[in-house]
Amino acid sequence: MNVDEAIGIRVNGEARRVAGGMSVAEMVGSLGLDPAKVAVERNREIVPRSLLGEVRVEDGDQFEIVHFVGGG
Amino acid sequence: MTAQQDIKADTWTVAGRTFSSRLIVGTGKYKSLEENAAAVEASGAEIVTVAVRRVNISDPTQPRLTDFIDPRAVTYLPNTAGCFTADEAIRTLRLAREAGGWNLVKLEVLGEAKTLYPDMRETLRATEVLVKEGFEPMVYCVDDPIAAKQLEEAGAVAIMPLGAPIGSGLGIQNVVTIRLIVEGAGVPVLVDAGVGTASDAAEAMELGCDGVLMNTAIAEAKDPVLMARAMKAAVEAGRLAYLAGRMRKRRYADPSSPLAGLI
Repeated sequence: MNVDEAIGIRVNGEARRVAGGMSVAEMVGSLGLDPAKVAVERNREIVPRSLLGEVRVEDGDQFEIVHFVGGG
Repeated sequence: MTAQQDIKADTWTVAGRTFSSRLIVGTGKYKSLEENAAAVEASGAEIVTVAVRRVNISDPTQPRLTDFIDPRAVTYLPNTAGCFTADEAIRTLRLAREAGGWNLVKLEVLGEAKTLYPDMRETLRATEVLVKEGFEPMVYCVDDPIAAKQLEEAGAVAIMPLGAPIGSGLGIQNVVTIRLIVEGAGVPVLVDAGVGTASDAAEAMELGCDGVLMNTAIAEAKDPVLMARAMKAAVEAGRLAYLAGRMRKRRYADPSSPLAGLI
């Protein structure tokens, strides 16, 4: 696959187009988020923080990016 | 040991972590993050509950809880509020562990939206799975001494029975079952949910609970920061009264002044 080709993913339920070949950390960064302050689930599997820079984003991936908010 | 030293040494320990404050506060329903932070400060709480939710990817610059309440100064206790199945709760806490890096969590699995009563079958199942995965779950539960025992056997590090439904502010509805849970438990017991005002918190502590967890009672007070202060005082007063050992109740009067020497 050509790394420059845009691929389709879903992030927190929203469809997004991103450049192919990027790491999960780069994808999170491209959304304006600090990868150190969030937790990422890819296709319902946690991506450990230590692997965010290694795991590649692939076409059709579904991501959940969460953080702590106020709650009881 | 003087009374002063006694009070100073009155700490409690959950899953190997020791705390002085017996008040745990939630961080939901506040008008602003500033007010939330001020209330936490006034409450003296060393643990706050937090929820795990999707990041707003359309506006990633929104203010964050962590900018107002420092997770290095206060222990964040991620909860599973809003989860209605064991699977949802487990998934949420796995994410929480990744976001925060710790195992101490609050598990709640709800049965229905109207009462927010815990689903104990799912709660027990989730507790078993979480413990296997290395979590240390503090578990929200019904005020049932048998259910409490079962949770403890499954590895719950704290038992947190409701005093009344979440957000109701009705106060402790069944002091008998709360006391039975306290007597039977080998892990800390904290009343979680139902506290409405300071006397409710004091009552929980007078029953021998190790602590009290609340959110709405502070957040929905007219002056949340002042109520946070009241709750801090109430938890301390209730704890001291429990340690002091209350007088026995009598059916009739007993004069405080001596009868001898009456003129």
